[in-house]
Amino acid sequence: MQKENCRPDGRELGEFRATTVNIGSITTADGSALVKLGNTTVICGVKAELAAPALDSANKGYIVPNVELPSLCSTRFRSGPPGEEAQAASQFIADVIENSQIIAKEDLCIADGKLAWVLYCDIICLDYDGNILDASTFALLAALKNVQLPSVTINEETGLSEVNLKQKNPLVIRKHPVATSFAIFDDTLLIVDPTAEEEDLATGTVTVVTDEDDRLCSVHKPGGSPLTGAKLQDCISRAITRHKEVKKLIDKVIKSIKPK
Amino acid sequence: MVLLPRPTPGPVPSAGPSSSLSRCPRIPSPGGTLSPLPGDTSVLAGLYGPAEVKGSRESPDGATVEVLLRPKVGLPGVAERSREQLLRRTFEAVLLGSLHPRTSITVVLQVLSDAGSLLACCLNAACMGLLDAGLPLSSLFCGVTCALDPHGDIILDPTARQEQEAHAVLTFAIDSAQRKVLATTTRGSCSAEEMQRCLVAAQRAADTIFQFYRDCVQRKYSKS
Repeated sequence: MQKENCRPDGRELGEFRATTVNIGSITTADGSALVKLGNTTVICGVKAELAAPALDSANKGYIVPNVELPSLCSTRFRSGPPGEEAQAASQFIADVIENSQIIAKEDLCIADGKLAWVLYCDIICLDYDGNILDASTFALLAALKNVQLPSVTINEETGLSEVNLKQKNPLVIRKHPVATSFAIFDDTLLIVDPTAEEEDLATGTVTVVTDEDDRLCSVHKPGGSPLTGAKLQDCISRAITRHKEVKKLIDKVIKSIKPK
Repeated sequence: MVLLPRPTPGPVPSAGPSSSLSRCPRIPSPGGTLSPLPGDTSVLAGLYGPAEVKGSRESPDGATVEVLLRPKVGLPGVAERSREQLLRRTFEAVLLGSLHPRTSITVVLQVLSDAGSLLACCLNAACMGLLDAGLPLSSLFCGVTCALDPHGDIILDPTARQEQEAHAVLTFAIDSAQRKVLATTTRGSCSAEEMQRCLVAAQRAADTIFQFYRDCVQRKYSKS
């Protein structure tokens, strides 16, 4: 692969797999999205519930992501409690949400100190073929754009909340973070969007998350082969280019499902 | 036991990191233990290995590295797992595991106190532990935390308060061979230029930390 600059599936070193996204497929969820990056299939469902805000941040709601890598997606995962990879992925998504400020938690608050929305974002992998972080971030972003929250008012006399399911508002998405993952081979070769086979053979991985202002929301390099600052900069530049492609795709899909 | 004078924690301008207090106790059972304390953050690292590994986790190619990070209070959660993965992959990159196939090397990190720059402290403690245990390494590594304050200045080894007020906190694991980046994790958002500036500052600070390792090891062997 190194000599011919070509990968087992015929892609260039800097080429992504075909990305497809399907929004709103789960009607029982408040928002959902299915993302396919080549064979890697990830679905994200968002459920909104009501809860009292935390005591130290009375004007903020909650966003709770959870990434599941069930045994159905790959033989490498056994059923039972979440393994290290699923937990690390969940933490990564939580960090991306926090760092990028994709949704301001203040927007989720309905009544200070009394009522706020909790968004449970369940990201489930249906088919594992590498690059789970990119697919999960994309699925989360698409699902959140699809979320319609019913309007909630607090009845002054009874103090109870009244949910109006007929009147729904979309979430205000402040930023659009997009993740780009690279696999490192022997300190020198960097390939974009690794498949499961390439990830197993790689000596390290890097994931760069950028938003539309070209700011870095996360540079996630969990160990692995060392990289120079220049190589890291190359990754960042590639990530910024990828962001534009993904943003165009998401905008196209959202426009195509205008509410009836 | 050797004690170094410790400065009071406070805002540190972009000079080197605050000098560390280090105690090198002799605990017989683990292979190596060390607890460096930048400011008031302290982590105890215990190393066990190369030791026997149970059945399925045995690898014929090299040693199986396991990392256990225990927070000061509470049970380890998802955040600790994510850190353990980062630490484990960093150690695997520098350990010459192929010299000890079908064995396990366990690194247990216990957080004693956290006043900022925790991940960097864990990295430093673990590296010194690996040195103390005498495991074969291709290079040393160190952890450096950079915080970007609202004015855009870089603060190295930030305290917990500085971390909270900063709009971005970046932690780098730098290797000793060519000052390349072994691991990085960020909190908050920053521009690509800011990240490069922090990386350069971290690489310079790494020199001070490697000198500190050298002094520590020299002291340990000169008294015996």
